[in-house]
Amino acid sequence: MEHSGILVVGGGFSGITAALEAAEVGHEVFIVEKGSYLGGRVSQLNQYFPKLCPPSCGLEINFQRIKNNPKVKFFTMAEVVSVTGTPGNYTAKVKLSPRYVNTNCTGCDKCSQVCPVETDSEFELGLAKRKAIYRPHLASFPLRYVIDPVVCLGKSCSKCVEACSYDAVELDDREKEITLNVGSVIWATGWKPYDPKKLEILGAGTIKNAITNMQMERLASPSGPTSGQITRPSDGKAPERIAFVQCAGSRDESHLPYCSYICCMASLKQVTYLRAQYPDAEIVIYYIDIRTPGRYDKFLQRIREDEKVLMVKGKVAQVTEDGATGDVLVMAEDIIQGLKKEERFNMVVLATGMEPSVAGTTLPAGMQQDDDGFCISQENGVFSAGCAKMPLDVMRSAQTATGAALKAIQTVVGR
Amino acid sequence: MSSKIGVYICEGCDIGPQLNAGQLAEFVQSEYGGSCPVVKTAPVLCSQEGKNLIQADVDAETVDGVAVCACSPRVKWDVFQFGEKAVVERVNLREQCAWTYVRPEADQTAEGEVPETLRMMAQDYIRMGIIKLQKHTVPQPEIPEVTKTILVVGGGNTGMTAALGGAKLGYDVVLVEKQDQLGGFGAKMYKQVPYSHPYTQAMPTGIDKKINDVSASDKIRVFTGSTLSKLEGAPGQYTAVVATGNGDERIPVGSVVLATGWKPFDPEARVVEAEPPKEEAKEGEEIATIETPEIQKGENVLAPLGHGKFTNVITNVDMELMAKKGELLRPSDGRPVQSVAFIQCAGQRSKEEGHLDYCSSVCCVVSLKQAGYLREKNPDGKAFIFYKDMIVPGVQELYYKAAQDDPGIFLTKGDVVEVKEDSDGGIIVRAENTLLGEPMEVKVDVLVLATGMVPTTLAEPVMNFAYRQGPAFPDLSLFSGFADSNYICFPYETRRTGVYSAGCVHQPMLMGAAEDDAAGAVLKAIQCLESINRGMSVHPRSGDVSFPKFNMVRCTQCKRCTEECPFGALDDDEKGTPQPNPTRCRRCGTCMGACPERVISFEEYNVDMIASMIKENEVPDDIDEGGPRVIVFVCENDAYPALDMAAFQGKKWSPYVRFISVRCLGSINSIWVADSMSKGIDGVLLLGCKYGDDYQCHFAKGSELCNKRMENIAETLGRLQLEPERVQQKQVAIDEYDKIPQIIDDFMNHIIDDIGANPYKGF
Repeated sequence: MEHSGILVVGGGFSGITAALEAAEVGHEVFIVEKGSYLGGRVSQLNQYFPKLCPPSCGLEINFQRIKNNPKVKFFTMAEVVSVTGTPGNYTAKVKLSPRYVNTNCTGCDKCSQVCPVETDSEFELGLAKRKAIYRPHLASFPLRYVIDPVVCLGKSCSKCVEACSYDAVELDDREKEITLNVGSVIWATGWKPYDPKKLEILGAGTIKNAITNMQMERLASPSGPTSGQITRPSDGKAPERIAFVQCAGSRDESHLPYCSYICCMASLKQVTYLRAQYPDAEIVIYYIDIRTPGRYDKFLQRIREDEKVLMVKGKVAQVTEDGATGDVLVMAEDIIQGLKKEERFNMVVLATGMEPSVAGTTLPAGMQQDDDGFCISQENGVFSAGCAKMPLDVMRSAQTATGAALKAIQTVVGR
Repeated sequence: MSSKIGVYICEGCDIGPQLNAGQLAEFVQSEYGGSCPVVKTAPVLCSQEGKNLIQADVDAETVDGVAVCACSPRVKWDVFQFGEKAVVERVNLREQCAWTYVRPEADQTAEGEVPETLRMMAQDYIRMGIIKLQKHTVPQPEIPEVTKTILVVGGGNTGMTAALGGAKLGYDVVLVEKQDQLGGFGAKMYKQVPYSHPYTQAMPTGIDKKINDVSASDKIRVFTGSTLSKLEGAPGQYTAVVATGNGDERIPVGSVVLATGWKPFDPEARVVEAEPPKEEAKEGEEIATIETPEIQKGENVLAPLGHGKFTNVITNVDMELMAKKGELLRPSDGRPVQSVAFIQCAGQRSKEEGHLDYCSSVCCVVSLKQAGYLREKNPDGKAFIFYKDMIVPGVQELYYKAAQDDPGIFLTKGDVVEVKEDSDGGIIVRAENTLLGEPMEVKVDVLVLATGMVPTTLAEPVMNFAYRQGPAFPDLSLFSGFADSNYICFPYETRRTGVYSAGCVHQPMLMGAAEDDAAGAVLKAIQCLESINRGMSVHPRSGDVSFPKFNMVRCTQCKRCTEECPFGALDDDEKGTPQPNPTRCRRCGTCMGACPERVISFEEYNVDMIASMIKENEVPDDIDEGGPRVIVFVCENDAYPALDMAAFQGKKWSPYVRFISVRCLGSINSIWVADSMSKGIDGVLLLGCKYGDDYQCHFAKGSELCNKRMENIAETLGRLQLEPERVQQKQVAIDEYDKIPQIIDDFMNHIIDDIGANPYKGF
């Protein structure tokens, strides 16, 4: 039995793109997303470089495309457990984790308001709390709440069940498994930020005012923990001196040997966030190379015109905390000047790199991974796209995802 | 056109208690009677019971139009679908009424009753929803004869990859290559940078196999020594006029992949931008079309680096050709090369005259590869690379690292301050600010300048569109001449439907990336054909089957629609009568907004529909008693979702505004403003996307054109003796929900405090 459907693993930017581009040719696609919403990593970003436009703008269009296209089916809270078969004829088993909130949910927020449990919000990367029953994020699609079973008090509490007028909360929701028969598979499982706890010389994630670049996105976002005001996590003060530490984990044999592609542009973009709020702030970027390929270089040229942005070529040797003030001390070399010195900052941004989400796991369907965990396209029915394939920016992710859609269709057509 | 409308009012999510759904139902019954045969309330309309309630009426054919008075159309979209028998309109009583309403002081409604201002608001929205259904006609798709042949322009690596990709799916492909043989620059290259793990060794280009595959394919018709001299018609029905050695050949094609690649940077070229087309051609005037820039000759900007002066100073292109030929020999005396220096970013990454203002992306890794050529061909050879930044992003880092491990390759950041020729023909390069901490001087046999890529679309139209708006893609100067997209999320979007660019004419890129890009572009070309074949629009209104109708009887040949269409969909005849090309159209309605005679309409979105909705608003005669009224036209893609998100966040705003969602601000016809004013509405606010170079408008020009039309609108207001500030356009991105309440309230206060009531009230 041959199948013409396409399974897309991962419902982030690349997965959605691959799925929609195939569906709009006329093929049935299934998106399997592990999280509780579609949109993935880019949902957390405040703006895209170099246009400084909001990611939700393109996502909204894509969500409209999904809503209007019966060929696209998607599952959230879903993980591929196994894929067996051969090109043109794969059987995928998909585990659906319990969401504990059914489709009756209207997004009215009453449940969250009565929930007594607070925990760190993953979406806000620990910069804010959320309830045990919560809306994944402001623009989440689908707009449906979810319960975190790890912290939920369960039936002994049941406050959310009582608060819900729509019978949407199902505390005894259970894991299910479904089977999908498809002709080809696209891996678009994306990336995760490199864990700063592994970066000992950069404070191992313990310095309050040394945040990661992803945390900076949340701080700058109008829907973020500070409603878009970029302030120090320790005391909410406005920073006057900020440093960016590039290649935090990337281009480093003991961490990520490759370059994560986006961090230079991300930091330059974040300079514009800071400049918009703090016209006089002093900003130092410690870098090895500033990598701004293509038209991105024009963005770099614009930032270079800012006299209060200093770019220092040199590796950062140590980041420490001044306990009394909450300031962050950065010991770094300046290769061109031949100096090594310590500088004091109110806040430091670690430009942490991207690691493939599936690093360290074994993937089904013979999907091979390289030494760094990136998925190698098999070119015979199983393909990779976006940052599952290699570190890429959003535009290149879209290109690889659209290209992968073609190859997936080639697998299922004319067999 | 719904004649039997069912009005269903939800009581959930605060709507019931706040708005008194029963009272609203009574209002509909008393005002509409027979034209709304069913008026029902439900505790939870989106529940299975609620859905069944509506579905039963639809199935019984009691209703043919459904007004769901509940939440935003962006939620529960999958619930409120009732099949083909009924059209659905969502009246947003939750996000736009119940959740965002704040009672003004002037509203003296007794405690326990629905405030008068809220009741009026809900009633206005319900009335607008009903009239919208009454004015709605279900569009029928028009399916033209489609030529399912893909034209690929350019027979290099990208073009051949695209052609093979299309052919593999069974599509006929016409491949047009300017040169006498296929292969493009790829065929002249010795090796390519690796595009697969472990990314450490240069690898064969694989171009010969591709040429063979293309030549062997019975699906691909190859024209070498040929160019595209004209592309006539529209997607699905193009005629490509191919200029071959034996004259012109006219070939029917459906969609196009543009893969004409790049040209080496010319250090003597100066790009002179063409005059922008005239805003508006007056009657009888020449048609304004888009011009490509002109190239003039200037001084060699690479002369300070010895280019054109010293024989042994060559470019990376020269180096590649030499390696492909075989041995690396010094141009001056043919002696095997012992040492090479590379200067990166030659003539690029600079705003200086004659330079490229962008980075060509590939030159760093190409120099590493070429340094490797020397090391391969001469194990004792020494290579020196002077760079500003090693721009080897992503996995290219692994290739860079491998080069760093080679003791024969020396790399340093540095500013090259002098290039001299020695008496023996050797080249001396002196650099400062190097990583050694001191100035450095090397003498080499050959100096390679790492020069950049210039897109073939820089100064030539290439596509040669036989379009009224001109032969080239518009506004490529935004991308330094590359046929690129302005959308980060949608890299294949161009301003010419059905034409998708890939490879180095799209963005500077390596061969591996170009192959991914080619696959993507040919998929888009196929998708375009298949969409047309279903009578559907392509991105961003994918799946839309509507198409604007032109009532030519009333057309005055003013040419506004033909000039303003962001996608060049309309041509015109000698008299200036628009000639629609449905398959070029993206259904944004910019033409509808432009037309002063209002002859352009969609079946389910038109001037009459929105004008009628405006008229359904109840406008109190006295601003002090009933408050002012403001119509807010909102872009459905960005501003509307932003309103929803503001509502989720508990934001509130003036209860005197009424939102009307539009496809794009470009579709706003100025008559709607005039209608609002004659109705006694005090102001009109337009919320749409950012415009300018970094435009966010999904239809490229819609919000910008709307802004340009504000002048005409001001004139209209002037004629009515009204203040032009009664109409304002504000740019709102989808994530600026936090700013929306302030924008609305500021505008409202401006109307109340500074301008005052519309004098036409009560007429």
